[in-house]
Amino acid sequence: MASWQWFHRLGSPKWLSGTIDRWLPWVLGLGSVLLLVSAIWGLAFTPPDYKQGNSFRIIYIHVPTAIVALAAYYVMAIAGAVSIIWRMKVADMALRAIAPVGAALTFLALVTGAIWGKPTWGAYWIWQDARLTSMLLLFFLYLGIMALHDAYQNSASGNRAAAIMSLVGTVNIPIIYKSVDWWSSLHQPATLKFTEESTIATEMLQPLMLAIPGAYLFFIAAVMMQLRVQIARNEKNTRWMAERAAQ
Amino acid sequence: MSTEASNNSTLAPHSEVEPSLVLDSVSCERGERLLVADLSLHLVAGQGVRIEGPNGSGKTTLLRVLAGLSQQYSGTVHWCGKDIRQSRSSLAEDTLYIGHLAGVKALLSPLENLSWWASLHISSGDAVSKAKLLAALSQVGLERFANTPCHQLSAGQQRRIALARLYLSEHRLWILDEPFTAIDATGVELLEHRIAEHLKKGNMAIVTTHQAMQIDGFTRCPLTSASSEEEAS
Amino acid sequence: MSSNKPQAEAALFVAFNALLIRDLHVYFRSRGTWLNPLVFVLMVITLFTLGIGPDPSALSNHASGIIWVVALLGIMLSLDALFRADFDDGSLEQLLLSPQPLYLAVLAKVLAHWFITGLPIVLASPLYSLMLGIPADVIPVLALGLLVGSGILSFIGAIGASLTVSLRSGGLLIALLTLPLYVPAIIFGSQFVQSAIEGWPLMPTFSMLLGLLIGAIVLAPIAIIGGLRLSQDT
Repeated sequence: MASWQWFHRLGSPKWLSGTIDRWLPWVLGLGSVLLLVSAIWGLAFTPPDYKQGNSFRIIYIHVPTAIVALAAYYVMAIAGAVSIIWRMKVADMALRAIAPVGAALTFLALVTGAIWGKPTWGAYWIWQDARLTSMLLLFFLYLGIMALHDAYQNSASGNRAAAIMSLVGTVNIPIIYKSVDWWSSLHQPATLKFTEESTIATEMLQPLMLAIPGAYLFFIAAVMMQLRVQIARNEKNTRWMAERAAQ
Repeated sequence: MSTEASNNSTLAPHSEVEPSLVLDSVSCERGERLLVADLSLHLVAGQGVRIEGPNGSGKTTLLRVLAGLSQQYSGTVHWCGKDIRQSRSSLAEDTLYIGHLAGVKALLSPLENLSWWASLHISSGDAVSKAKLLAALSQVGLERFANTPCHQLSAGQQRRIALARLYLSEHRLWILDEPFTAIDATGVELLEHRIAEHLKKGNMAIVTTHQAMQIDGFTRCPLTSASSEEEAS
Repeated sequence: MSSNKPQAEAALFVAFNALLIRDLHVYFRSRGTWLNPLVFVLMVITLFTLGIGPDPSALSNHASGIIWVVALLGIMLSLDALFRADFDDGSLEQLLLSPQPLYLAVLAKVLAHWFITGLPIVLASPLYSLMLGIPADVIPVLALGLLVGSGILSFIGAIGASLTVSLRSGGLLIALLTLPLYVPAIIFGSQFVQSAIEGWPLMPTFSMLLGLLIGAIVLAPIAIIGGLRLSQDT
């Protein structure tokens, strides 16, 4: 146990830093290409929707960001679990790195959802859409974790508090989602159904299939960049960091 | 008091394992500051340690680590051969910790406070009898105030409620952080006597104090801020 | 100690009792603890009424939502004090160092706190019903829903309280942490009352509330223990 802790404490951040340096250009490059191609394809070469016209095209941003925003929370919670169980410094850094990126993605998904809502439903925000409401709550969960990080002066305690909170959130997200879903179905007029993905045409779906992995890669790249900041902040007193800075 | 307690069943399981406290290169960091640097220590039955050092040298932090309160440290601490990170309960069963905070509720009386503590820490199966609690309170000179709400007592008297635990305790390890603060001279003498008695029974004590202390069997463990600065740079 | 099982169980019972009774003693001796949340709830309901307007039908339409949100806020705000006094005077240290299972200790503390804040809010439900024009036959349903719901709110809120106990400015942060987690409770809780008003079947929502309560009692203490432990590293 002792030797492992030693390994985690000193070995991992250095190794991770090198790995990030090697992989970041590729991940960022491939992600950008995928997003760019899917955007051009989706905006210029996909036929307009017979009901929604051109406004549906925002799904090429909205859907990938929403999917990745939710996945990011689970990744963050896994980092939290690793931090609690194995006391890995890198997991704490990952938690700190993912939270703002996830919050930003959630915010983007909310904004694009609202913009899409205006031409489709005639209002920027309608509460009947369970998915959008759940997204809003996810955004609050992210903000809570970021606030916990900021509130603790002792960063180790802040990390632990955020890790616990992320796990609590993980248990609750499915319950929140289900209850909001149930709630909105209860208040929803029967004529209004929001099942855009299932009725979508294959031609419209193809660019989306590029945009989703693109968004994942973009998320990974953003987390890598955040991680680099976290490592620099945490390891600034170590020898390897000083050597790196001297180079 | 002590004979009454030794009849108690709490003594029986204690004799199974020879008590020992082993610290292996324990370091504590708080923010940017390294408080305790690479401390190794081996404590055996009947031995007491006085942790010494100026303010801010990490005495309290170290004591909180040893009590199992603080978890932010590197290195290992073994109690009776078990890592305290892994087996919290065996350390908790054997340890009495009195820190800077008395752990006394101002709205309750000394008797109520002590009774609460005893039911959490003296796990004999029955609630500790009122007579025993009163006897412990009289040892620290509080028998007259046993039923007075604590907010009417002085700081020194509130401190004595915490110290009354020493007269109920059969724990093998006492961790006392500045136990003599706000205690008068006769009180200090009585406490020293009680700690010496505790060590004679083959138990251990870890104490910090700024006052002089005359107890046999105590070794000194200096925590100098100079050495920690050296390590940090 | 562990070799002697009945004795260990008895010790457990003694410790649980001591915690519960001590906390109740402390709460009873400081009137504010139980009175303030109740007064808060009544005042906010009054403010809601003044905001919405005196129209009885508008009020009773929104009554279930109002009552649940206000009860939620009252319980949440009172939870800031759940561990803070113990943290400040050092009792929390002694609690965490006890060889008894912390799970039971946390259970006892939250239970005592619920008894003194949640229960009065439940018992005052006829009063809210009068204020907001809820029909008399719905009052028992409202009270039952609040009885189960206030338990959920207490246990989930205690997570937020434990994670912020060592911070000087805990109050607003507790809200930020726990309000999103309160969503299922408020949805099913107010729907339970609404169902009674509309004459819909009650069992589906009530079983959901019960499920949430059981989940909260089983899982929340684990997170609370983690929060209390980390509060000792400042």
